[in-house]
This record gives sequence, C-alpha cells and structure tokens, in this order.
Amino acid sequence: MRQVSRDRLISLLLIAPSAILIAVFVYGFIAFTGFASMTKWASLTPDFTFVGLQNYARLFTVDRFLISMRNTVNFTVLFLAACLILGLILALLLDQKVKGEAIFRSIFLFPMAISFIVTGVVWRWLLNPGTLQTGSSGINLLFEKLGLPFLRSKWFTDPTVIYIHPDTGFGQFLNNIGLGWITTPYIGFSVAIISLVIAATWQMSGYTMAMYLAGLRGIPDELREAARVDGANEFQILRYILLPLLRPITLSAVIILGHISLKIFDLVVSMTGPGPAFATDVPAFFMWDTTFRGNNFAQGAAIAIILLIMVAVLVIPYLRYTNRQEAEL
Amino acid sequence: MSATAATQTTTAARKRAGIRPQRILVYVTLVLAAAAFLLPVYLLLITGMKSFAEVSLATMWNLPSGIHFDSFQKAWFGQESAGIRGLNSNFWNSILLAIPATIGSALLGSVNGYVLSKWKFRGADLLFTLMLFGMFIPYQSILIPLVQALQRMGLYGTLPGLIFVHIVYGIPITTLIFRNYYAAIPTELIEASKIDGASLLGIYRHILVPISMPAFVVVAIWQFTSVWNDFLFGVIVTSRPNVQPITVALNNMAGSYIVEWNVQMAGSLLAALPTLLVYILLGRYFMRGLLAGSLKG
Repeated sequence: MRQVSRDRLISLLLIAPSAILIAVFVYGFIAFTGFASMTKWASLTPDFTFVGLQNYARLFTVDRFLISMRNTVNFTVLFLAACLILGLILALLLDQKVKGEAIFRSIFLFPMAISFIVTGVVWRWLLNPGTLQTGSSGINLLFEKLGLPFLRSKWFTDPTVIYIHPDTGFGQFLNNIGLGWITTPYIGFSVAIISLVIAATWQMSGYTMAMYLAGLRGIPDELREAARVDGANEFQILRYILLPLLRPITLSAVIILGHISLKIFDLVVSMTGPGPAFATDVPAFFMWDTTFRGNNFAQGAAIAIILLIMVAVLVIPYLRYTNRQEAEL
Repeated sequence: MSATAATQTTTAARKRAGIRPQRILVYVTLVLAAAAFLLPVYLLLITGMKSFAEVSLATMWNLPSGIHFDSFQKAWFGQESAGIRGLNSNFWNSILLAIPATIGSALLGSVNGYVLSKWKFRGADLLFTLMLFGMFIPYQSILIPLVQALQRMGLYGTLPGLIFVHIVYGIPITTLIFRNYYAAIPTELIEASKIDGASLLGIYRHILVPISMPAFVVVAIWQFTSVWNDFLFGVIVTSRPNVQPITVALNNMAGSYIVEWNVQMAGSLLAALPTLLVYILLGRYFMRGLLAGSLKG
C-alpha cells in the first residue's frame, strides 16, 4: 500500500514539469495575448490602458484584415478540396495492386519531409511568370515549349479578385433582395491564391494519399467482391461502399489540413509575401507584420486571438469527439 | 460459400483477360502524377548544377552543360566581397538546435505518455486533452508573451532559447505518440509487476524503456523534421544572422536581390537535404509519425 501511494506521488512529480510548462506557455500566454489585445499597446513601450474590444472592432474596418480573411477562406477551401481529391485519386490508383507501389508512394510523400520555406523558394521560381523583357519563365515557359501557351498565367502576381460587382445587373438584383452586402471584393476570390494552393498541395497531398491508402487497406476485399457480384460498377462501389467507410479518415484529414491551412505562414513569407494589393496576404502574416515590424502589439494580439478562435472552432469538437470515442472503447 | 466461389471465378476471369486498357490508364496516370511531383526536384537539381554563365530564365529547363558545384559552393560559403552570407554556419545551428530539442521533448513525452496511460489519476484524460490542444494552436497567439518571457529569462536571441521553445511546444505531439504506444501494452503486465513489488520507475526502466525503441524512433524523426523545418520560432526568437537556423537564413537569402537564383536553388537543396535523408533512410517510421499526428492513426 505504501509503495502504491509513493508511486502515485512520483507519477504526479514526473508529469508536473510538462503540465506546468503547458499551463504557462500555452494557456497563460494565450490569456496574456487576450489581455494585450484589449489594451492600447501600440509601440515598443507597453501601454496597458484597457480599451475593451476596440482593437477587434477596428480590425473589421481595416481593408487589409478583411482581405486577408477572404484569402484564408479562399485558400482553405481550395487547398482542402485539392488535397482530398488528389489524395483519394492517388490512393485509389495505388490500391490497384500496381507494380512499384513503394516507389510511387515515396514520390508522392517526400515533399512532406521538406520545409515550407524550401517549397516556397522553389515554387516561387517555378511559378515566376517572367517579364516582357525576359519572356516567359518557369511553368509558363514549360507550357510554351509543350505547345500549350494558352495555359500561361500571371500566377501569384495577378491582383485580380473575382466578385459580384454592385453595379452589374446581378449585383443590383442581389441588392434588391437584401443581399447587397455580398457584392464586395471582400466576399470574392483572389486569383493569386491559386499559386499558393498549388505549392501547398504539392507538399501536403501525399499525406491524404497515405491516410486514404491506409484506410483502403483496412477494407476487406470481400466487401467489394460481394458488391460486384450484386452487379455494382466500380463507381458505385466507390460511392456507396468505400467513401462511407473512409469518412472518419476524411474527417481527420479535414481537421489536420484545415488547421495547417488556417495557420499558413511560412509558405506565404517565402513564396509571395503579401502580394499585389495584398492578393496573397493571410492573417498569420498580417499578425507578424503588424506586431514585429509595425510594433502595434495590441492590434497584432487581436489578429492572433481571432486566428486562435478560428482554429479552436475547428479543432475542439474534434478533440472532444476522439476523447469520447476512446472512452467508449 | 457461394460468395467465395464467385470471388474466385472473377479473379480467374481477370487473370485470363491479360493486361486490360484500364491497367494501362492506371499506370499512365501514376507516372504523370509522379513526373509532376518530381518537377520541382528536377529544376532544383539542374539549376543547382549549372555554371553561372549558363543561368538564365529563358533556358531554365535546359540541362546543364556539365556538373558544376559553383552554386553550392557559393550557397554554402557565401561571398564576402558581395556581402552574401553562406548557409554553412546556419546549417550547423540547425543541427545544434534540432538534436537537443528532439532529445528533450522525446524524454518528456515518454515520461508523460507512461504516466498518462499506465498511472492514470483523476483528471488525467482532461490534462491529456488540454496538452493536445497545444499542438494545434496558431503560435501567433503566444508569440508576444513568449518574446517577453525569453527576454526576462535572458534566453532571447540565443540558440538555447530556441531549443527551450521547441522542447516546450514539442511536448503535446511527443506525449500523444508515446501515450498511444504505451496504451497498447497490456495493463496486466504492469499490474503483475506491481504485485511483484516493482516500483513506478522500476517498471518504466525495466519493462517500458526496452520495448519503446520504435516509439522513440517515430518521435525522434517527427521532432527532428519539425524543428529543422520550423521557420516561425526561428525568425521570432533569433534576430542575429549568426544564430539563425537554416530556414531563416535561406529565406533571407531568397529575399535578397543580389543572390542569383541558382544559388538560391542550391541553398534550398542544402536546407532540404537532412530531412530528405531521414525520410529516405527511415521512411517507414516517418509514415507512422504522420499517421500518429492524426490522433487516432
């Protein structure tokens, strides 16, 4: 009995350092950032005059913040769709008992081992559209050589934003039915984001491929064969048998890739920066710029807290769900 | 029974049909996808090996005339006369950073995983969930107090400071991997040892540590890769070029207009090399770490 209570004490002593570090460096620091976001601290000397939610209210009138939020939504939706679809296709192909499966798998997965900084530097040159003086370069040049010049694009240098203009017929119609608020560039699509999505998908789609492949390997062959006997074609098998069984994997992938994409920073820094008219700016970059270059700590803290809330909304239900699942086991 | 019979006939039928056009389509798609994935690597390699005279955007897809290492040399050593810093010292900084940071968080994670799986106390699961959340937070939300705290501790701008930061924020993922690994070890084994009078530390040292090697490898690869590839902590914590990790130095090099792009490419390859090597040599464990990162793997 005495042994057990002594061990109990030791077990608590062993976990204490980590628990304290996490309590301070995660939760304490978040609380401090939350506090800083409600002050007037806008220079190198801290000014903790309390201003409530003023910094948040101001953010929603700042052009660059609204643009970066739009870009994050653009990026997250496209990046998730691209990774899930490409990952699933590659996994389905590799699941056909192909020769050289291990080699293909390694090729699709190796970019995961590389830093986003390296990915950004390389893709910046690949998607460099070139200039009038030097002619096309990178992928554009490759398209020309392959006889596909119509595929050339301005990539991340393109400031175009696709949105419903309030002066168009459709815009006026929306205005008449009370939806005028969506006729703004803030609710639109920034074309330059596609370049970031391509580079990020190159890096991360191998991850969804690996997860889906592991999932497919867990589905017994008999299930597919039985469906074939019942006259199901391959598409129906995918739609009605495989996809429903893969749903937990899709959920995990959405959470993992989703939180990476909301936080995307390194790739933006190394590949594009904020871009023309902030076409490739994101909140994580805006926060860094505001805080550590602009020394506007209160405003930066407010951006950081908004970013944290977005990630928490995505992750907390998932953590609770996996916890409950475990309790049931 | 009839289902198995049917299975056998369909497989037999497929074998008799030989190579079907569908199979060819599968291979063609896979090869095209592989080519697309390797395109950046191809560009990295050919550009890095070109001589300075050959480098021009118009001929960027052409093969180099021979194998030249000038770009690698310049990326590694720099060129003092032109004010270009080489990456060599930053490469070693990253090594000196990644190894202790990996060992530190692996040890903490192992102990945490042991306690949280085999010595559960009331609130252990809650503590675990609270720790896990630390793995997902955007680090922007802790950077401002982090800088202040490091300054107070006298660790700001130093390599030990950066090591400390990586150990702290590495705790959640390493704890997760070890906890899941130890959870699979039968509790009866632990209980039996307890009855035999083994203590908590004794069980850890004599039963768990000897069978923990695979988990240590997975954690080590995962942590080494994330620390090596990190940019955000590096750029925030270290401001002086001579203490910066390689990702920060590479980003500075790539942002400088005086550095030719073949040198940038060579630098990228140097920065990617260690983690690529780890991936090539220990790919199997790398995969396991990836899947562990999705909680339920």
